[in-house]
Amino acid sequence: MSAVLPVARLRSLARRDVLATIAAVALAVIVLAALLAPWLSPYPADGTSATHPADSLLGPTGSHWMGTDAVGRDVLTRILYGARTSLLIVAAVLAISAFAGVLLGCIAGYAGGWVGDVIMRVTDVFLAFPALLLSLALAVILRPGVGTAIIAIAATWWPWYARLSCAAAQAVRGRAYVDSARCLGLPRWRIVLEHVLPNSLTPVIVQLSLDAGGVILTAAALSYLGLGAVEPTSEWGLMVQQGQESFTTEWWVVTFPGLAILVTAFCFNMLGEGLRQALDPRRVIR
Amino acid sequence: MRTLLLRRVGHAALVVAGVVCLTFLLARRLPGDEAVTATGARATKEQLAAARERLGLDDALPVQLWHYLTGLLHGDLGTSLHTRQPVLDDLRRALPASLELVGAAMVLAVLVGLPLGVLGARFARRGTDLAVRTGSMLLVSVPVFWLALALQLLLATKLGWFPVAGEYDRSLDSSSPLTVFTNVTALDALVTGNWTVLGSTLHHLVLPAVVVAAYPIGVVAQMTRAALIEESQQDHVRMERALGFRPLEILLRFSLRPAIGPVLTLLALVFAYTLVNSVLVEAIFNWPGMGTYTADAIRSVDTPAIAGVTLVVALVYVVGNLAVDLAQILIDPRARQR
Repeated sequence: MSAVLPVARLRSLARRDVLATIAAVALAVIVLAALLAPWLSPYPADGTSATHPADSLLGPTGSHWMGTDAVGRDVLTRILYGARTSLLIVAAVLAISAFAGVLLGCIAGYAGGWVGDVIMRVTDVFLAFPALLLSLALAVILRPGVGTAIIAIAATWWPWYARLSCAAAQAVRGRAYVDSARCLGLPRWRIVLEHVLPNSLTPVIVQLSLDAGGVILTAAALSYLGLGAVEPTSEWGLMVQQGQESFTTEWWVVTFPGLAILVTAFCFNMLGEGLRQALDPRRVIR
Repeated sequence: MRTLLLRRVGHAALVVAGVVCLTFLLARRLPGDEAVTATGARATKEQLAAARERLGLDDALPVQLWHYLTGLLHGDLGTSLHTRQPVLDDLRRALPASLELVGAAMVLAVLVGLPLGVLGARFARRGTDLAVRTGSMLLVSVPVFWLALALQLLLATKLGWFPVAGEYDRSLDSSSPLTVFTNVTALDALVTGNWTVLGSTLHHLVLPAVVVAAYPIGVVAQMTRAALIEESQQDHVRMERALGFRPLEILLRFSLRPAIGPVLTLLALVFAYTLVNSVLVEAIFNWPGMGTYTADAIRSVDTPAIAGVTLVVALVYVVGNLAVDLAQILIDPRARQR
């Protein structure tokens, strides 16, 4: 593992890159809050379908720190539960697209020839669509929901990983240790799995951390447009959409979920930026 | 060099073909039945069947693809279900307004992002740099639809500094009517010397343009900063320092030019991204562009409109990338050796 994540280098960077370190700590807090949402939130039932019409649109007070929404649910509770939705989407999208992309990229890069050409041309076609656009079109086809958001975003995200790992695989194809593995008669799938794949992991890990913020924003945008998570799921983009009609008078329904998106995306981006500098062997740490 | 240019163009053509096929498949899978739209909701089974026959919806998929392709070559993107106009006509009206907005945002991105990046690089690893890094990262991470709502509430509704929505004050249409050439209102007003409409348009443009510019400003600042810091490790910088040039002078006179290439390449990518992001912003400000059109199309499950927008934006993206690459091959000798 230390070959993939140089621990000592990370530790020295933590001391130098204050922003990335703060972001990492904040992210840990967000993940914990999401995991512990049922115990942390003041009104756990409000995370889903409970309604309290009598408490509709109350401002922030001691009993509702961030106020209540149009059907009387506690906004703080829904933000905590929304963290679960967002992190679930991020984890699923990145896992799916990294798996598919790295696999296809390694095959394309190692095999080369017409197989590689076909895979990479298909990748190019998918890359020709800006992520939100293709996700939009896909999400309209499928029925709105968290699963749809995951599929729609993953379908637009895998090409980046394919391109990255294809380049990495091409770089090691001619190396002596790969040649000798082939001469030893190792089957192709073992060469790809054991010798080509590990070498493409470092750029992929950096890309994963850089992409997480983008996935959060895209998922929020999809639900804001009504194509992602739907009621009664707690989701930040959906909360903004639901609150925008009454925004002029009840500011809290829109403000807090928006801040939650901003802070989470910011932390992911900062951490990704820091990791990229730490793990990029070309970059000198100053 | 010519083979390199030709290969790049050929590659782009291949991608365009793939994009068209993918859009076709998407359009076929999108919900909403064109036959129902063509005949109306109260059509009999026979009428529906006749419409399906006439529209070729019962043909084999390759035959449908052929019809789609020949239609595209004649500029036929289908008929929108919610405006009941040809999609191409709709886009011809909506795209200029979006380009006006995104264009203004790109100008802002260069005017604000570039100096921010230079500032960050000049004071690398100090307080100012920390502020630039944090600020630009915040701009990249902000959900644009939320920023739009917040600025609209604060600066338009509460403080009244800017108009809440619209492209220009429509009440001016009677006193100083606008002659339309390009559908880019600011440009039309400028060309015809219609200063009242121009002023109104620019005033209306500020808020949406600032919101749409948030992401490009952040990206340009980050890229400029990173490129300049990398460039400052080059040998020529040591030389210039030894010759007694001041740090800011070195950055602006010697480092900026070699470092700016990747930043400009990035602008082409950011342009397409921003065009799509306007889907989230235009509807809030009631800006009559492609974003509002798309948001309406999504709401009314308007298959041909969504497919049309997807195709057009993807084509803009491919052509933009191609143009940047070709320009680089022509301008920069280093790009020819790849």
